[in-house]
Amino acid sequence: MSMASVRFLPCGDTAIVIEFGDRVDHGLNAQVLRLSARVRAQNVPGVIETLPTLRSLLVHYDPLATDSASVTAAIERLLQGSHGAAARSRLWRIPACYEGSHAPDLEDVAKRTGLAADEIVRLHCSMRFHVYMVGFSPGFPYMGDLPESLALPRRKDPRVRVPAGSIAIATSMTAIYPVESPGGWHLIGATPVRLFDARWPRPALLSPGDRVSFEPVGARDYDEIRSAVAANGYEVPCEAIEA
Amino acid sequence: MKPALKILMPGVHTTIQGARRTGYQDVGVPGSGPLDPVSFRLANALVGNAHETAALELLLQGPTCEVLADAVRVALVGCGAGIEVRSGSTRTIPAGESARLTRGEAFRIGPLGDSACAYLAIEGGFDVAPVLGSVSTYVRGAIGGFDGRRLQKDDLVPLRLGGAGIRAESALTRPLDLGIDEPVRVALGPQADYFTGDALKIFLSSVYTVSPQSDRMGFRLEGPPLAHAKGYNIVSDGIVPGSIQVPGSGQPIVLMADHQTIGGYPKIATVVSADLPLVARRRPGRAIRFVAVEVREAERLRKAQEAAIRHEIDALRPMAHAAQ
Repeated sequence: MSMASVRFLPCGDTAIVIEFGDRVDHGLNAQVLRLSARVRAQNVPGVIETLPTLRSLLVHYDPLATDSASVTAAIERLLQGSHGAAARSRLWRIPACYEGSHAPDLEDVAKRTGLAADEIVRLHCSMRFHVYMVGFSPGFPYMGDLPESLALPRRKDPRVRVPAGSIAIATSMTAIYPVESPGGWHLIGATPVRLFDARWPRPALLSPGDRVSFEPVGARDYDEIRSAVAANGYEVPCEAIEA
Repeated sequence: MKPALKILMPGVHTTIQGARRTGYQDVGVPGSGPLDPVSFRLANALVGNAHETAALELLLQGPTCEVLADAVRVALVGCGAGIEVRSGSTRTIPAGESARLTRGEAFRIGPLGDSACAYLAIEGGFDVAPVLGSVSTYVRGAIGGFDGRRLQKDDLVPLRLGGAGIRAESALTRPLDLGIDEPVRVALGPQADYFTGDALKIFLSSVYTVSPQSDRMGFRLEGPPLAHAKGYNIVSDGIVPGSIQVPGSGQPIVLMADHQTIGGYPKIATVVSADLPLVARRRPGRAIRFVAVEVREAERLRKAQEAAIRHEIDALRPMAHAAQ
C-alpha cells in the first residue's frame, strides 16, 4: 500500500482520521477498506472501532488506554506491511420495482437526463455497484458508480419524508433508504427487502465492500416479496465473489 | 407486580442511557450514551452502582415519578436542582446526595436551573434489554432504552431491584463544578485547512450562543459566521462526539452522542473529550468560547479528569442515617 498520499489528520483525543484522498474513487475506497480490515484483525491496543468512509478511515480509540502517537505508529506499520490475500466480497441481488408510485422521480430524472424511463431502469439494473460506505442513517448504503449519463445533483427541495425502501440516485451514487427519513436524492424505485434490523446479529444487510445488483420486479412481485419479508420468509439472494 | 418507576410527567426529554454502543458505527449506528459522562458516572457511584449502569438522562427539565417498588435509592447529579419528594410533607434531596424513597412516594425534578443536562441514577439500574450491545437510547433509530424512545406519561419503567436496604447514604465531597462559564477546549482539525485564517481567529476569539435547535444529535451555535476557504462541501467522512462541523451558513454545530456517523461539511475542530460535559450542560442561550489545545494536551486533560473522578468516587462521603 503506498504511503505517499496518506495523511493522518487529528480528530480530538479519541480518534484519528487516515485520509487516502479527497475524491470518490473505487481504488481509494479499496485502500480504506483494506486498512480497516487489518486494524480490526490486528486488535491494535486501545482501538475501539473503525469507520470506513468513501476516502478515509476513522479509527476510534480509548484515550485512557492508549494515545494518538501510539495508534498512529501502529497504523503506519500496518500500512507498510504486505497486501495479504485478495479480499472476498459478497454480491447481493436486490429486487427493485421501478413502476408507478414506487418511482416518483423517474419521469423527472428522464427529463433531466434526456434518457427514456426504461433506459434508466435498464442502466440501473445492468450495473454491479460497489458499497463504498454505510452511514447517514443506520444501514444506509452509498453505492457507486452510476453511469455518467445518470449523474444528477441532489434535489433543490429535499423531501421531509422518503419512504423506507426507496431506491435513489444523486451525483455518482445510488442508495436505498433503510427507514423513513428526510432526503434529497431522486427516487427512481423501491425495494421490498429490509436493509436494517436491530434484532439481527449484524444489523445492516449491506457492509462496506459488498457488491449489489438490482433485479427488476413488477408491482405485484414487489407486494409478494414484501409479504414474505414481513413473515421472515424471504432471503435476499447473495453469493461469495472475488473482490 | 414488577418493581418500576411510574412516569407521572415525563419532563422535556428523558431517556435511559448507559454505556456507549460500540462496533456499529460502520453501519451508521452512533454510540449514543450519556451527553455528560462525568455526571452520569458520579450519579451511579452515589447509589453504589457499577460504572455505566443504566440511568435516566434528563434534559432541561426532569420528570415526576412514583415509586412502584418497596424502596429505591436514587441520586441526581449534573445540575443545581434537587429531587422534591412528596409524601404528605415535602422534602428536597439536593443534587449530589443519595436518598432512599419508599413505595408510593412521588418525586419531581423540576427545571434543571443553570444546567441543560443531569442524571438520575437508581440503585441496581433499570431492567431493560441491551440492543446491539447497549441499553442506551438512540431515539432517531428507535434503538435501545425503553422501547427505543424518550419516556412518556404513564410509562412503567422496570427496575432491576425491588428494594433498597437502609444504610448510610452518600454525598459528593463538594458540589460538582458545572463549569458554566469555562472556555471549552478544542483540538483543531481534521479540516481546519478548509477555513480562512480569519475564520480560525474568529472561531477562537468570539462568543457563540447555544441555539434552541439543539438536541442529543448536535448543539447548534449562533455567532460570527466562519468563512470557508475551499467551499463547504467535502467528500463525506467520519464524525466523532465533539466534531465541530460548519455548514454553508458559517454557523458551527457541535456534534454530540447521537451524531450521524458521517457528514459532508468540513470540521474546523474537535472538542476535547474531557470538555464534552461542559458543552452538554450549556442551555440554549448560554455562551460558549473555544480555546485551542494540542492533541497531546487533550490526552493529558482527559487522564487528569479520570484521576479526579476516581478520587471523588473513592472519597464519597457517607452521611449519618436520616431519621426514618
